[in-house]
Amino acid sequence: MDTVIDAHDVSKIYNRETIPVYAVNNVHLHIEKGEFTALVGPSGSGKTTLLNLIGGLDKPDNGNVFINDLDITKLSANELIDFRLKNIGFVFQSFNLIPVLTAKENVEFIMLLQGVKKSIRDARVKQLFRQIEMDDKVDIRPAQLSGGQQQRVAVARALASKPKFVLADEPTANLDSKSASNLLDIMAKLNKEEHITFLFSTHDQRVIERARRVITLVDGRIVSDTAAVSTKHEKVDV
Amino acid sequence: MWLIKMAWKNLWRNRSRTIITMAAIFFAVILSVTASSLKDGIFSNLVKNVVSFYTGYVQVHKKGFWDEQILDNSFKSSSKVEEQILNEKNVTAVTSRLESFALASSADITKGSLVVGIDPEKENQITSLEKKIIQGSYLKDTDSAVLLSQGLSERLKLKTNDTVILIGQGYHGATAAGKYLVKGIVKFGSPDLNDKSLFMPLATAQEFYGADSMITSYILSLEHTKNLQTTRLLLGTELGSAYEVMTWEEMMPEVKQHIQTDSSNMKYVQGILYLLICFGIFGTLLMMMVERKFEMGMLVSIGMKKSKLIILLLYESVFTVLAGCMLGIIASIPLVYYLNRHPIRIGGETAKAYEKFGFEAIFPTSIAISIFIYQGITVLIIGLLLSLYPIYKVIRLDPVTAMKR
Ligand SMILES: Nc1ncnc2c1ncn2[C@@H]1O[C@H](COP(=O)(O)OP(=O)(O)OP(=O)(O)O)[C@@H](O)[C@H]1O
Ligand SMILES: [Mg+2]
Repeated sequence: MDTVIDAHDVSKIYNRETIPVYAVNNVHLHIEKGEFTALVGPSGSGKTTLLNLIGGLDKPDNGNVFINDLDITKLSANELIDFRLKNIGFVFQSFNLIPVLTAKENVEFIMLLQGVKKSIRDARVKQLFRQIEMDDKVDIRPAQLSGGQQQRVAVARALASKPKFVLADEPTANLDSKSASNLLDIMAKLNKEEHITFLFSTHDQRVIERARRVITLVDGRIVSDTAAVSTKHEKVDV
Repeated sequence: MWLIKMAWKNLWRNRSRTIITMAAIFFAVILSVTASSLKDGIFSNLVKNVVSFYTGYVQVHKKGFWDEQILDNSFKSSSKVEEQILNEKNVTAVTSRLESFALASSADITKGSLVVGIDPEKENQITSLEKKIIQGSYLKDTDSAVLLSQGLSERLKLKTNDTVILIGQGYHGATAAGKYLVKGIVKFGSPDLNDKSLFMPLATAQEFYGADSMITSYILSLEHTKNLQTTRLLLGTELGSAYEVMTWEEMMPEVKQHIQTDSSNMKYVQGILYLLICFGIFGTLLMMMVERKFEMGMLVSIGMKKSKLIILLLYESVFTVLAGCMLGIIASIPLVYYLNRHPIRIGGETAKAYEKFGFEAIFPTSIAISIFIYQGITVLIIGLLLSLYPIYKVIRLDPVTAMKR
């Protein structure tokens, strides 16, 4: 198995001078290609902080984050932007999309940043919209899409750059249960059929149940990890 | 290219904000163009007044005349010199004068007066003397008659067709005396000129002063008044050291002073205007940056280089500012043109100050194209300089902080 993410003893400490908050505390985390993993834990447990460290949006105070054997904590802010563009797909909780662009243009946007040729862009957009089951909504602006549809487009955008993995911080938090379940269906399908690696955080018990591996954070520490079980599942699935 | 398209779309995401910004720039351009063209218009109108006033744009004298304005500092009029002057490209017309002082008397009143011998026709071309006649008629070359300034005529209690007696010192100490018919009365705005000047044909004056073919000055009018100094320098070298070439600015420093004060006042007005524009534009930029902070954080998070984001914002500013400027310039053209045709008239203290110098207090705008271009570019630059603020914010943007809510 290829290791995609290897977080090694990472810590993020806020308010060092006053009352230090160990948002992420000596975390070791290993994610292999093709995983479908949920990061859970109570509010303030450090889920967002950990995802930001792995996604190269933030730098740890301690430890290293390896993505495909590259230590991204050593990259400069500008190198990180480029790294994110080429290697990581992001889905945020809400307002993922650029309001002035249509669904299709939002997905295309990432490829424009990458300088992908028009013919390839068009083909990829078509394929992605089929995968998120929204062929009929390509030319609609985000404001006219439902929350669930917006998140699906965000997933399509995250995938447009053919990233090594997708990070999603509470992608279903603003969705009703039906839309949430629908989004999870699509993510799971992409994971299964295209072997896309997903790492997402959530509060939602129904979403947690869909994950094949569940990592639980409390006060910035990993308190449980179903890695052993998930690996077994994976072998069965593949 | 796609960045330009995106910038265009962004402009219309918050229609009213874009329109407010454009409107701020639009009115800024209109106001600053109008202010500026008024300033220039007033300036050139005053200068024009100076010419028709008395002095002309440039005068040529025998060296030393200005410091000691006596007949003995006159020189022989020469068609060669006149030609040399006219050969200077910027000079459109030239006329000769013989000026000196004499006592003017009627029956029992005597007053010191400035007797000016003029070439009636050419003088009129340059200083429009004929227009200043309020009674009687203008001089002819061969007349043995005079035009009295209004103040002087009142002092001497003389009307047209009365006779004035002049007594003075002629050329090289000779005595000058003569009796002349008052052919007309002229009115000057300047109290100084209005109270003591008296005009007669050049030949008559030369005869009176016993100064055959002598003159004291050439009065010049110019094509491009902006090139005043250049023309003065060129003429100075051309004519040599026997002559002095002087501009109206040197001959009437107080007028020059007045104009300078007025134009610097106008500059303060413009400065305040520019400041208001700055606040207006800056306010909307501030609003925009707050509103789009999350989105910009998101764009950088998913991998948009900050340089690209900056270019995007620059396109947006350039569009807005440019559109505002263009529309402003287009709208200010008819306004400025109207104010050129129907000049602003002012009253009060300022009007009095101008009238003292013999100027009408009317302020037409200048319709020079350079004003539109210059003011447009100034506002454009202000707008672009202000868009450095969003650029600065983008450079400092941290995606994690920007996306916190
Ligand atoms: N910029 C910051 N400055 C100070 N403390 C911070 C900052 N960001 C996060 N924290 C703290 O770090 C801890 C972890 O926060 P984090 O946002 O990662 O939690 P979370 O698990 O994502 O919570 P939630 O489920 O509410 O999203 C919290 O105690 C939070 O208060
Ligand atoms: Mg969170």
